[in-house]
Amino acid sequence: MDNSSNNTAAVKSANGKKHLSLIQKRAVTGFLFVLPWFLGFLLFYIRSIFMTVQFSLSNVSLGDSKGYKTDWVGLKNYIYAFTEDPKFTQTLVSSIGDILIDVPLVIFFSLFMAILLNKKFKGRTVVRAIFFLPVILNAGAVLQCIETARAAVVSGSMSNVSTEIVTATTSATSGINLDYFLAIFEDLGLPAKLVTYIAGAASRIQDIITMSGVQIVIFIAALQSIPGSMYEVAQIEGATAYETFWKVTFPMVTPLIITNIVYTVVDSFATSEVIELARTTAFEGAKDYGLSSAMSLVSTFVICLILIVVCGLIQRKTFYYN
Amino acid sequence: MEATVENNVNNGQPSPAQNVRSQPKIPESIKRNQKNNKKDKEPLLTKNDKGKIVRGTKGFLIGALKFVIIVGICYVILSPLITIVARSFFSDEDKYSPVVYLIPIHPTIEKYQIAIKTMGYWSVLIKSVILDLSLMLIQVLVCSMVGYGFARFEFKFKKLLFGCVIAMIVIPTHTIMLPLYMTFRNFFGANLHSTVVPIYLLTVFGVGLRSGLYIYIFVQFFRGLPKEIEEAAFVDGAGMWYTYFFIMLRNAVPSIITVAIFSVVWQYNDTFYANLFNVSDKIVISKNIVSLGGQVSNVYRIMDSEIVQLYTNAGVVLTLTPLLIFYIALQKQFVEGVERSGIVG
Repeated sequence: MDNSSNNTAAVKSANGKKHLSLIQKRAVTGFLFVLPWFLGFLLFYIRSIFMTVQFSLSNVSLGDSKGYKTDWVGLKNYIYAFTEDPKFTQTLVSSIGDILIDVPLVIFFSLFMAILLNKKFKGRTVVRAIFFLPVILNAGAVLQCIETARAAVVSGSMSNVSTEIVTATTSATSGINLDYFLAIFEDLGLPAKLVTYIAGAASRIQDIITMSGVQIVIFIAALQSIPGSMYEVAQIEGATAYETFWKVTFPMVTPLIITNIVYTVVDSFATSEVIELARTTAFEGAKDYGLSSAMSLVSTFVICLILIVVCGLIQRKTFYYN
Repeated sequence: MEATVENNVNNGQPSPAQNVRSQPKIPESIKRNQKNNKKDKEPLLTKNDKGKIVRGTKGFLIGALKFVIIVGICYVILSPLITIVARSFFSDEDKYSPVVYLIPIHPTIEKYQIAIKTMGYWSVLIKSVILDLSLMLIQVLVCSMVGYGFARFEFKFKKLLFGCVIAMIVIPTHTIMLPLYMTFRNFFGANLHSTVVPIYLLTVFGVGLRSGLYIYIFVQFFRGLPKEIEEAAFVDGAGMWYTYFFIMLRNAVPSIITVAIFSVVWQYNDTFYANLFNVSDKIVISKNIVSLGGQVSNVYRIMDSEIVQLYTNAGVVLTLTPLLIFYIALQKQFVEGVERSGIVG
């Protein structure tokens, strides 16, 4: 072995090439594996991000059939977006607010459903398949169609219960005085904000279910990776179901909670109104590319900030098994 | 949440009680057993029966609750689908008949015929499927390669680069949509808009639709495979590329299935890239379905938006059917694949 490798080394140095040790060779091969992505990342991502920054600081106009022209205008686009644009700040705040409200709901709901679906029961595969359907059906037009169909279902059967819950105004049509029930909970001493939050969540159950498909699957996978011996130990030690959940199940799935939060935030951000606003600003009406870039950069920055803060906070409490 | 675990504990409970009964004279038994002892002085059989009944009812109630929750949520998911399918068979008079809710009195397939004609259904479906399947193959190949590189090799700046992959998942594509639009408007002198070339180019370079996520899945999966496989291959004289193509890829079937399904489904549904690069709706079915309503009302002079909606329903059913067949055929492998593949890490 030694001889032959020395020989190849000699041959290579004769050719004027450098001789590489095994580790170096593996490093080169590894880099070759990653190379296609790396090129694409440099060419299409890094470059694009720089271009977005450049666009956001300038006035962009398309040239003839190809090419474009940028005129440096400094922070004008940002200032315009925040102070003069009629929709931007409002949309940004409402989109971010929606995301922040949705994330805990989606996480709790998907964890709950994952635990429910993790048990063996008849028809489990069918139910799982149904739960994952929303992921399959998330195309724009299909969603629109589903939206109208759902509106028809709601108006046909329940006469707009959902909208009533949200506004918490009630009329006799639904047959149920919702204000009355909400008032009962408030009289019980629950904070009014919490009650409206939960009522709002109940009315948006469809959205939450639609958003939880992937998260449920991830949680199910996490649950299955918990060793059964842990539950046996808990059982022998006489832990109640409640304790078992908080001391075994929950800590074991915490690492996946972060994954799911990131996924939920990114996913709902990609379909949020502020992104839609940036898109219409660029491609419809005035075609203001600079302003659109500024909008997307600001919203992306805010989202990244939220992700970093949230993940940082949760990571402290996360329990890593290995 | 508690319910599921509770079942576990319930199943376990009878055993300590039985122990007590078989050896009732042991004085050193712990406090809890003593308590049980006292109870056992009452007639044994009835007590046991009572416990069984209580446990049985409790189990039944919990089961019923679970059943209600699961069925309810399944209904919430399925109801819009059921409505769409039902309405696609409505004739115009059914739409305005006050007695018709789901089941039409005069069912018709006219809506389907017109939708198929207007969409050019078969041609657009075949083109769409070819596009999605070819992109899926590229995604699987490129992303698994990159994933393998990250999982098994050590090179400089690896951590930084992997951070970039994560950044790719987190930063929405929308942030870079304008530069992409500009880039492909003048890509080395050629205007690639209205063609599918940009989508292929992005995918080949591992930055296509959700490629970051796929790379991440593969990295996690390859990390989980035992290193001995490759060491054995290396000792037997296989090169690193041979090892990857003929040994590692064959072991990666669960994650390949996961990525393949995700890729096909998301690509099939995607309108973002198709809109951005202005790809013709004769190639991309998800874009076609958006314009279907407008086209039908134009060609057939239907002004009533409610009626046009019926045609869109038929179109949606037509669009979804292949996807649903694909999903139902593979869903078992898929759910298992997600569980075994690296998402969980």
